[in-house]
Amino acid sequence: METLMILLIGVLVSVATYLVLSRNVIRVILGTAVLSHAVHLLILTIGEVKKGEAPLLGNQTANGPYTDALPQALILTAIVISFAVTAFVLVLAFRAYKTNGTDDLEQLRGDEHD
Amino acid sequence: MTIHFAIIFPLLMAALIPFIYKAFTKVKIGWFVLLAPVTVFILLARLIPLISSGETQTHTYEWIPSLGINFTTYLDGLSMIFGLLISGVGALVVLYSIFYLSTKEALHNFYCYLLLFMGAMLGVVFSDNLMVLYAFWELTSVSSFLLIAFWHHRRASKAGARKSMLITVTGGIAMLAGFIMLHAMTDTFSIRAMIAQAPSLVEHTLFIPAMICVLLGAFTKSAQFPFHIWLPDAMEAPTPVSAYLHSATMVKAGIYVVARLTPLFAYDLTWFWTVMIVGLITLFWGSFNAVKQTDLKALLAFSTVSQLGLIMSLLGIGSLAFHVDIDATAIIYTQAAFAALFHLINHSTFKGALFMMVGIIDHEAGTRDIRRLGGLMTIMPATFTIAVIGSMSMAGLPPFNGFLSKEMFFTSALHIAEADVLSRASATALVPVIAWIASVFTFIYCMIIVVKTFFGTTEKLPQDRKIHEAPLGMLISPFVLVFFVIAIFFFPNVLATYILAPAMVSIYPGLASMQEMTPHVYAWHGFNTELIMTLGVVLLGFVLYRTLAVWRRIYNTLPAQFTLNHVFNRVLSEGENVSSFVTKLYMTSSLRHYSLYIYVFLIVIIGGYFIVNDAFRFSMANNAEIHVYEVLLVFMMAVAAVAMLFVQSRVTATVLNGVIGFGISIFFVIFRAPDLALTQLIVESVTTVLFLLCFTYLPAWKPEKSSRREKTTNAFIALFVGALVVLVSLSVLHFNEFKTISSFFENAYELAGGKNIVNTILGDFRAFDTMLEVVVLCIAGIGVYTMIKFRMRKGDDRHEN
Repeated sequence: METLMILLIGVLVSVATYLVLSRNVIRVILGTAVLSHAVHLLILTIGEVKKGEAPLLGNQTANGPYTDALPQALILTAIVISFAVTAFVLVLAFRAYKTNGTDDLEQLRGDEHD
Repeated sequence: MTIHFAIIFPLLMAALIPFIYKAFTKVKIGWFVLLAPVTVFILLARLIPLISSGETQTHTYEWIPSLGINFTTYLDGLSMIFGLLISGVGALVVLYSIFYLSTKEALHNFYCYLLLFMGAMLGVVFSDNLMVLYAFWELTSVSSFLLIAFWHHRRASKAGARKSMLITVTGGIAMLAGFIMLHAMTDTFSIRAMIAQAPSLVEHTLFIPAMICVLLGAFTKSAQFPFHIWLPDAMEAPTPVSAYLHSATMVKAGIYVVARLTPLFAYDLTWFWTVMIVGLITLFWGSFNAVKQTDLKALLAFSTVSQLGLIMSLLGIGSLAFHVDIDATAIIYTQAAFAALFHLINHSTFKGALFMMVGIIDHEAGTRDIRRLGGLMTIMPATFTIAVIGSMSMAGLPPFNGFLSKEMFFTSALHIAEADVLSRASATALVPVIAWIASVFTFIYCMIIVVKTFFGTTEKLPQDRKIHEAPLGMLISPFVLVFFVIAIFFFPNVLATYILAPAMVSIYPGLASMQEMTPHVYAWHGFNTELIMTLGVVLLGFVLYRTLAVWRRIYNTLPAQFTLNHVFNRVLSEGENVSSFVTKLYMTSSLRHYSLYIYVFLIVIIGGYFIVNDAFRFSMANNAEIHVYEVLLVFMMAVAAVAMLFVQSRVTATVLNGVIGFGISIFFVIFRAPDLALTQLIVESVTTVLFLLCFTYLPAWKPEKSSRREKTTNAFIALFVGALVVLVSLSVLHFNEFKTISSFFENAYELAGGKNIVNTILGDFRAFDTMLEVVVLCIAGIGVYTMIKFRMRKGDDRHEN
C-alpha cells in the first residue's frame, strides 16, 4: 500500500512541478495546490498506514493500537495553512491582473526585461 | 573599575548629547562635552604614579565567558600613553572646536560622534580581550566615517568618508581573521595570556598568516603604504576632527596594535622585516608627496602618513631585540621602540598644534591653499608662533621635542645599518639613507608651511573679509600643545621616567628591567653622526627648497593611471560593474527561473547526497495490504493529475484539482483519519469555489506561449523531482533509527482531558502552533480583504508594478 501511495505522490509532485514552471498565474497556483495535496498524503504515508484504529480514545470497538496521531495533527495544520495561502495568492493574482492587465508571468518581469 | 568607567563615560555622554542639546539651546554644548575627556584625563593622571612604579591594573567584567570573551581592561604603561593622549588631546580639541564650529552647525551630531569615537578609542587601548578590542576598533572606523562625512552635503566629504571606511574596515576584517587564528593557536582571547605562550607559537602553521592578517589591520588603520590613500581624503572632515582622529589618535591605533603584539609576533624575523620596510616606504613616500601638495591640510595629511611610517619603522627595528642573545645588544635595539613611543607623543603635540593652526587660518582667511596664502605674519602673530614652533619641531630642529626623537631615530637607523646579527646585513645599510632623505623632504615641507603662509604678499588672499588674529579661545589649545613641544625638549627625562619607561616593559616583558631600557635623553651629545645628519638635512633641505621650482616637475613623471588613487577607483568601479553583471545574470525577475533554481538545487543536493552516501533503500516487506477499490482510487487520481496538464479549460483544471482533493479525503477515511477527512472535504469545496469565483475576473486561458525548449526543460525537471521524491520517500519509509514519540500522545485523556488524540495535540500539546496558525489565517484574511477592498488610486494603474 505504502509503495503504491508513494508512486501516486510522485505523479502528483511531477504534475505540480510542471504546473509551477508555467507562465500562466492560475496554472502556477493550481500547481501549488496539487503540491500541498501531495505533501499531505506523503506525511500520512510516511507515518505508516493501516496499522491501527482511528485515534479516538474510548471508542467502544477500538481496543487495538491506534494509528499515529501526530502526522494527522500536522496535516490538519497544513491543510488550513495551504488553504489560507491559496486564497491569498488567488486574490494576489486577481489584483496583479487588475493592475497590470496580464496574467502571463513573463510579462510581469518589470521594465528592465520588456 | 576606573578604566571601565573611563570607556563607558564618553559613550554614555554620547547617548545623552542629543537630550542636552535640546534642553540647553542657549549654551554651546561643547562645554558639557568637555567634561568627558577632562574627567578621563584626571582619572588616568591619578594612576600615573602607580603605573610608573611598574604596577598594572586589570579588571574583568564577564561578558560571554563560555566563548572566552570578557570585557577585561588592562592598564599598563603602553595603554597609559594612549589613554593620556586620547583624553588629553581630546580635551584640547573639544575646547578648540567650541570656538571653531559655528552654532549653526549640527553640533549635537558632531559631539555625539566625537564622544562615540573617544569611548571606542579608549576601549581599543584598554581592552585585553581581542574580540572586545576588535569591536571597539570597528567602532572607531564607524565614528571616523560619520565625522568625515559631517558636512554630508559635500561630494568630497562623502567620497572621503566612503574611502576611509572601505579601506579601514577591510583591514579590520583581515585583523579579525588574524585574531581568530590566534585564538585557534592559543585557545584564549586574552592578549596577556597569548604573550605568555608566545615563544612556542612560532612553529605553528598559522603563525605567519595570523601575523599578516593582523598587520593588514594595523597598516590600513595607520595609513601605511599602500593603504595611506584614505588619509588625505579624510581631510574633508572639520579641522578639529583632523587634529584629533587623523593625526593624534585613531591613526595611531595601528601603531598601538603593532606595539602591543610585538612580544607575540617578534619571535619571527618576518615581523621585523615587514614592519620596518613598510614603515620606511611610508616614511619616504609620505614626505616626498607632502612637498607637492597645495592644500595645507593635504600637506599635513601626507606629513602624518610619513611620521606614522617613521614610528612604524622604529617599532620594526625595536623588534630585533627579540633575536639578540647578548643582553647589551638587545638593549640597543629596544631604544628604537623607546624612540617610537617618544616620537608618538611628540608627533601628537606638534601635529595637533599644526592642524589647529591650519584650522585658524582656514577660519580667518577663508582659504588654506598655499598658492593664495601669504604675508600673514604681521596680521596673525600668535598663529605664526604656533606654526613656527610646530614646523621646526616636525623638521627636527632644536630646541623642540621633535629634535630629540628625530636624533634617536637616526641613532636607531645607524645601529640597524651596522647590525651584524642579520644574514642580509647589507640591505639594512640603506636604512639610514632612506631615513635621511625622508628627513630632507620633511624639512622642505616644513619650510613650505611657514614661508608660503606667513611670508610674501597678501595680494591673492580672499578680499571679501578683514583678516585678523583668531579669538583667544581658539588659541588656547594650540598654545598648550606648543608649550609641551618646548617643555618636553627641556625636561625629556620627566616624560621618560614616568610615562615611557613603564610602556617599555609592556613591549619587552621580562627582557630587562625598566631602568635598563630607559635611556637618559640628552639634547646634546657631541658632534656625532646624528648631529651631522641633521646639519646635512638643514643644508640640503634649504637648497632644495630654494630650487623647488626647478625640480618640482619630477612629480609629473608618474602618469595618472599608475597612481594608487586611480588604481583604487578603478578596482572599485570594476568591482561594481562585475557584481552588477553577475547579479543580472541570474536575477532575471522571471518566476519560472527562480523556481527552476530551487528545483535544480533540490535535485542536485538531495539527490547528490543520497547517491554519494548510497542511501536509497527499497523494500515492500512491511507494506499494508491493498484492496481493489484503493487501486482504482489511486488510478483515478493519477489520471486526473496528468489530465490537468493537457486540458484547455481552466474550469476543467480546477475540477480535476477538486477530484484529487476529494480523492485524498477518501484516503483519509481509509487511513483512519476522520478529522482530516472532514477538514479536507470542507477546505476542498471552499477552494474550488474560490477558484471559480476568481475566474469571473480573470481572462480566459490562452495556450501557453512557451517555446518547445522551455516545455521540454520543464517536463524533465518535473519528472526528476517526482522521481526523486518517490525514491527518497521509499528510503525514508523504513527508517527506524529513532523511536516514535507518538505513544506519548495516547495518554491524551490523562494529560489533556480529551479523547480525540488529534484534537488534544492541536488544542493542548501543541496549542502554540495552532495559535500561530490562526495568526497566519488572520494575516491572509487581512491581505485578501485589503487587496479587494482598497481600490487603486486614480493614476496609479500604470505605476503600481
